[in-house]
Amino acid sequence: MSTQPTAPTGAEPTHFAFDAESEQQIAVILAKYPPERKASGVLPLLYVVQKQMGRQTGSAWIPRIAMDVVAERLEMAPIRVYEVATFYLMFNTKPIGRYHLQVCTTTSCWLRGSDDVTAACKKATGIRAFGETSTDGLFTLTEVECLGACANAPILQVDDDYYEDLDGPRTLELIEALKRGERPTPGPTIDRLNSAPAGGRRVLVDETAAKPQGQG
Amino acid sequence: MLQDKDRIFTNLYGQGDWTLAGARARGDWDGTAEILARGRDAIIGEMKASGLRGRGGAGFPTGVKWSFMPRKNDGRPHYLVINGDESEPGTCKDREILRHDPHKLVESALIASFAMGAHAAYIYIRGEFYNEAMHLQHAIDEAYEAGLIGPNACGSGWDFDFYIHRGAGAYICGEETALLESLEGKKGQPRMKPPFPAAMGLYGCPTTVNNVESIAVSATILRRGGAWFAGLGRPNNAGSKLMAISGHVNTPCVFEEELGVPMREIIEKHGGGVRGGWDNLLAVIPGGCSVPMLPRDVCESVLMDYDSLRAEGSGLGTGCMIVMDKSTDIIAAIARFSKFFKHESCGQCTPCREGTGWMMRIMERMVEGRAEIEEIDMLEQVTRQVEGHTICALGDAAAWPIQGLIRRFRPVMEERIHAYKAAHGGGRPVQVPTGLVEAAE
Repeated sequence: MSTQPTAPTGAEPTHFAFDAESEQQIAVILAKYPPERKASGVLPLLYVVQKQMGRQTGSAWIPRIAMDVVAERLEMAPIRVYEVATFYLMFNTKPIGRYHLQVCTTTSCWLRGSDDVTAACKKATGIRAFGETSTDGLFTLTEVECLGACANAPILQVDDDYYEDLDGPRTLELIEALKRGERPTPGPTIDRLNSAPAGGRRVLVDETAAKPQGQG
Repeated sequence: MLQDKDRIFTNLYGQGDWTLAGARARGDWDGTAEILARGRDAIIGEMKASGLRGRGGAGFPTGVKWSFMPRKNDGRPHYLVINGDESEPGTCKDREILRHDPHKLVESALIASFAMGAHAAYIYIRGEFYNEAMHLQHAIDEAYEAGLIGPNACGSGWDFDFYIHRGAGAYICGEETALLESLEGKKGQPRMKPPFPAAMGLYGCPTTVNNVESIAVSATILRRGGAWFAGLGRPNNAGSKLMAISGHVNTPCVFEEELGVPMREIIEKHGGGVRGGWDNLLAVIPGGCSVPMLPRDVCESVLMDYDSLRAEGSGLGTGCMIVMDKSTDIIAAIARFSKFFKHESCGQCTPCREGTGWMMRIMERMVEGRAEIEEIDMLEQVTRQVEGHTICALGDAAAWPIQGLIRRFRPVMEERIHAYKAAHGGGRPVQVPTGLVEAAE
């Protein structure tokens, strides 16, 4: 099993409060669950915290004091929130860079060259090992387990977006673009339509078949 | 081979419009109220007749699962929970439904919920699928707006709400009871069964957990008839299924195919063949990393379906195969899975929490060959100590790939050990430097 690291001393802010945008999201979230089952909102609320920190500080992470705010809002014991926040990999329990580079290195991606993607990430950012943040504070590099897009391997996830069918040079290009403040369109980085075979689809070519089908 | 006219997911690649207008043009939301008007028993009966087996990996008949929900309402609400926590290495099919055919899922969720007396359904989508969840949310909003779901859904008199709940990066939450724990706001640690979710599931209420694909195909099955679906595939392995090919093929892709088609034909047709030709094939993992791999001679003739693969000591799993050619370091490929399972063990049961670490560390040495020949048997023994001794199947899933490796590629492992000894002046037992022994994490 894996657990999340804790934030270094001095990184913790002294205060956290939800802003107006977050409050709006929270209202939508809490309407999904029965009123007496507020605890169901813990994962979504931790996401709300993380996004707000990203907006406000440029580093999308969850300080402990924010976990306390979540606990209070959901009427949970703080420890229940801490254990959830440290159990799930996508919650950053220490500050991260502006861009979160998440390389999938599980077998499907590894077979198709995720080592090259990792090497390119390190080269372009100056990061030496997974888990580190670049000295300019722009990038954090994380090794992640299967991202569930194996037919488009290898994948680099940047924040919420998947960049697919990568190799070393295209990874370098992508990171250089991020440094320039650009956000290239997510998806395959080679000429193919989503998860269809490169070179054009071999099924769903019959136009009439896409029409409403015979009723049973 | 499946023909285009029999395909269920007609916008698989997102080549068309995935929003409501496009979905309607493809035949979704057509006569949904009439399907609901057939009544609960007729719907479940039709699903049973279709022979649909669960598409998430276990292959349990979907119609039968639906029928386990209590007939009489004892005052507790019923829930449908859809498992969209697709995280099994090699598997990437539900993602295509979520982002390119979301209305098939919303419509089918309504029908399935009605058939089990549920007024609410939750879908648990893995956290990394952020953009996919946004597509589905858009489809849900459109459906509410059009009166297709919500109060009096489709004018049927049935009230139905559909909610998205995003996970946050834990493979274990794909296990149905861990998923329910996570949905309740806890760590994703599997529950003991019984009680089964049909009796005590989400919030202690009757719940059915189904895979995204199992649900998403049901509207089409009910529209075209169970007999149509049962007519595809082979007996007891009915219908079409979303599959994927990743790894060393010329064109990795996702596709829908009939069950019971030879694996070789699938690899040739959809995958564009093995990189370097069929003779360059080393092994295939047919359905996600937790099913044992098959060597080339078996792949030559085996059919892609539940029973054929089981007969070869493997399984269909999620139907998403990983192809490896002869350039693959097969020990390293499996060692990576061991690392995966060590990372994803929830830590609840000791054999899994400790065993996955043991297996990973021995496998790392096997990759180098820094081991003794006898340790291959010891490794096998460790997998047997984990398998079947845990609350959920993660322990089994961690054990099987290693067992498959030892069964099929033992000579490669032995050769690696001999090579290491030859290079490092072996003969004596390998001493593991104390600095390298990690404390059990």
